[in-house]
Amino acid sequence: MILGLPEEELVLPGNSSCAGCGGTLALRHTLKALGKRTIIVVPACCTSVIQGLYPNSALNIPTLNTAFASAAAAASGVTAALEARQVDDITVLAWAGDGGTADIGIQALSGAAERETNFLYICYDNEAYMNTGIQRSGATPYGMRTTTTPTGKREHKKDLPMVMAAHEIEYVATACPSYPKDLHDKVKKAKNIKGTKYIHILTPCPTGWLFDGSLTIEVGRKAVVSGSWILFEIEKGELELTSVSKNLIDPEKRIPIEDYLKSQGRFDDLTEEDLVEIKKWTSHQWDKVLRLQ
Amino acid sequence: MTGNYSAAEAARFARVEVVAAYPITPQTTIVERLAKIIEEGKLKARYVRVESEHSAMAACIGASAAGARVFTATSSHGLLYMHEMLHWASIMRLPVVMCVVNRAVGPWNIHVDHNDSVSQRDTGWIQFYVEDNQEIFDTIIQSYKISEQALLPSMICMDGFVLSHTSQPLELPCQEDIDQLIPHDQKGHMLLDVDSPMTLGSLNMDGTEGEGIPAYMEHRYFADKAMENIRQTLRTIDEEFRKKCGRSYGGLIQEYRCDDAEVVMVSMGTLAAQAKLAVDELRNEGYKVGAVKLRVFRPFPAEELRKLAERVKAFAIVDRNVSYGSGGAAFTETKAALYGVKEQPLVLGFIVGLGGRDVTPSHQRTIFEQTARVLEKGRTTEAEIWFNLKKEMQ
Amino acid sequence: MGKTAQETREQMTEYAKPSKGAGGKTGLWRTFKPVMICEKCKKCMICWQFCPEGAISKGKDDYPEIDYTYCKGCGICAHECKPKGIEMRRESD
Repeated sequence: MILGLPEEELVLPGNSSCAGCGGTLALRHTLKALGKRTIIVVPACCTSVIQGLYPNSALNIPTLNTAFASAAAAASGVTAALEARQVDDITVLAWAGDGGTADIGIQALSGAAERETNFLYICYDNEAYMNTGIQRSGATPYGMRTTTTPTGKREHKKDLPMVMAAHEIEYVATACPSYPKDLHDKVKKAKNIKGTKYIHILTPCPTGWLFDGSLTIEVGRKAVVSGSWILFEIEKGELELTSVSKNLIDPEKRIPIEDYLKSQGRFDDLTEEDLVEIKKWTSHQWDKVLRLQ
Repeated sequence: MTGNYSAAEAARFARVEVVAAYPITPQTTIVERLAKIIEEGKLKARYVRVESEHSAMAACIGASAAGARVFTATSSHGLLYMHEMLHWASIMRLPVVMCVVNRAVGPWNIHVDHNDSVSQRDTGWIQFYVEDNQEIFDTIIQSYKISEQALLPSMICMDGFVLSHTSQPLELPCQEDIDQLIPHDQKGHMLLDVDSPMTLGSLNMDGTEGEGIPAYMEHRYFADKAMENIRQTLRTIDEEFRKKCGRSYGGLIQEYRCDDAEVVMVSMGTLAAQAKLAVDELRNEGYKVGAVKLRVFRPFPAEELRKLAERVKAFAIVDRNVSYGSGGAAFTETKAALYGVKEQPLVLGFIVGLGGRDVTPSHQRTIFEQTARVLEKGRTTEAEIWFNLKKEMQ
Repeated sequence: MGKTAQETREQMTEYAKPSKGAGGKTGLWRTFKPVMICEKCKKCMICWQFCPEGAISKGKDDYPEIDYTYCKGCGICAHECKPKGIEMRRESD
């Protein structure tokens, strides 16, 4: 054990992730929290490629790759098979990107949640279709430059954690790999809950967000400390802020949003109006969260 | 028992462990019956009430990869909706068994034609077309053995409403006999094993795997080879089934009065059953005709048709489907199968019964007569006939 | 046949086995290389915690040990190290 975490790597080094990948770091910590008795279902996303090329794989747990739209459905099938055999000590993890969750995969996710499927669904959100070269997704934030929104996305980010909260599932949480203990604790908690669990991890992406690979953790921290990404968990409908977000209710305590936005090239073309819109929206996100507290 | 209930009963006898299905007319009573017998405890299975057919096949893939015996059913647009997952299931070599209740595609028609399943013939699934409810039951049971041995998924197709909602007598076997025929080896089929982790379906870009390791193209070759091997194993499994249950279906085709036939009608599904009536009527009048049922469409019975071609003078291929710009599937594939045969018989194609348009034994007799006339004229080919279109439209 | 059913099945379809270097010898990607400055290192293992690759492990005398075969040189470890116990140096040709 190091820093309270198991030493064994279940995401093996020498994988195909970009140098400094926030998503891979998040998966590394997720699997440390879940352990070896985990089956992971991966739809088309960065992680499909990060696994490396057949006949080698970077994931040291049983992995089922599936088509883009079907992460939650395939995971439902795996869960059903384990239940049919009365196996209750294996965790089924659906690990999908923002594309496979907010857009093409939302139907399957909503269905699985409504069926109270006993699995953990984690969306690792790099805020665009990064695997295919940075095209916009429903989770792309306002003003972000992508190849399909070259002058900046004009719509706001789809609020997936709240969508899942509206399904009234057992557990909903947000996380960021810059706060690994918070992420670890949430995954560990979810592992021991029966029913549908959803964790949404903001995973900074040097390649798509345009910042140096050494700054991944720092960018993630800025996202949280500026109030742009709120760390919370909802258990049985009760919301609690976690980690540093607990102390950021007062906007005065947060760093200016500009500090976060200007640290990444994807927001280079923001106008003053864009900034006003973004600040308004961030404030609105806090209102939504605090109303549920 | 109706065709749909027969299918549900077969799933029960096969002791399936996971059912993931979405209702669609005319398959609905299959899943309703399964839900009922599962809740009554008559079948110990998990029923995943998925929210779409695409998810149904994805869930079947997940469950099968985790070692469970799975079953699903669908029709028409449901089958089309899961199309991409059909490819996934076959190339992952998962023994998924699915009942397809044939229904027309496109707005909106709920009656029978074969366009739904025939348009999936490239997906690597074994395809059966049955002619009565007993055959639905028996073929589903046999499919588990065939699929689990060949490691290819099977679809058993039955005519919508004609069979699915029509009651026929059904002889049920003894559960022990079925248990012995198709025991389920969970450990052997479980691919997602925490004690032996492996990754299924990762990046398989050609040329990166190294010497001696099968690449993308080799995997497809293996799947095709497995499909080809079924030509032999089908008869062995049918024989095992006959020993336990007393009924036999033979191999890829079933011939009716073809021994000395000059004109043979080829069809799939209930049309094949009905063709026997037209054959009998014409035989009584002294005409040498016969009928062939394509029991299996994938793998395509090329060899069987070539053998028949050695003595038959004309084939009337009846397709309840069409590939626009190419013609009926059985017609096209029969002609391809007969390429190179020294004495080419006349092969005529008839597109019939789309959208449930009725095809009677009288129509089938007319098809025989039309074929005989072309044969007499000494023609070697003729354009495919869209049979029984409204007169004003022709 | 000589092969077990499992082996045959593995040959027939695309099953990949877990191994290091599934993406190749990713150490070759580096432009800059993290180098330990042990005198400054406090053995806090924050570098281990934040390495996305898992290329850092606990080495001799509990100092972090970097696996240069796979380290991609992202520089997160050096950036996050408070006592500046890791330095990024340009790879020599």
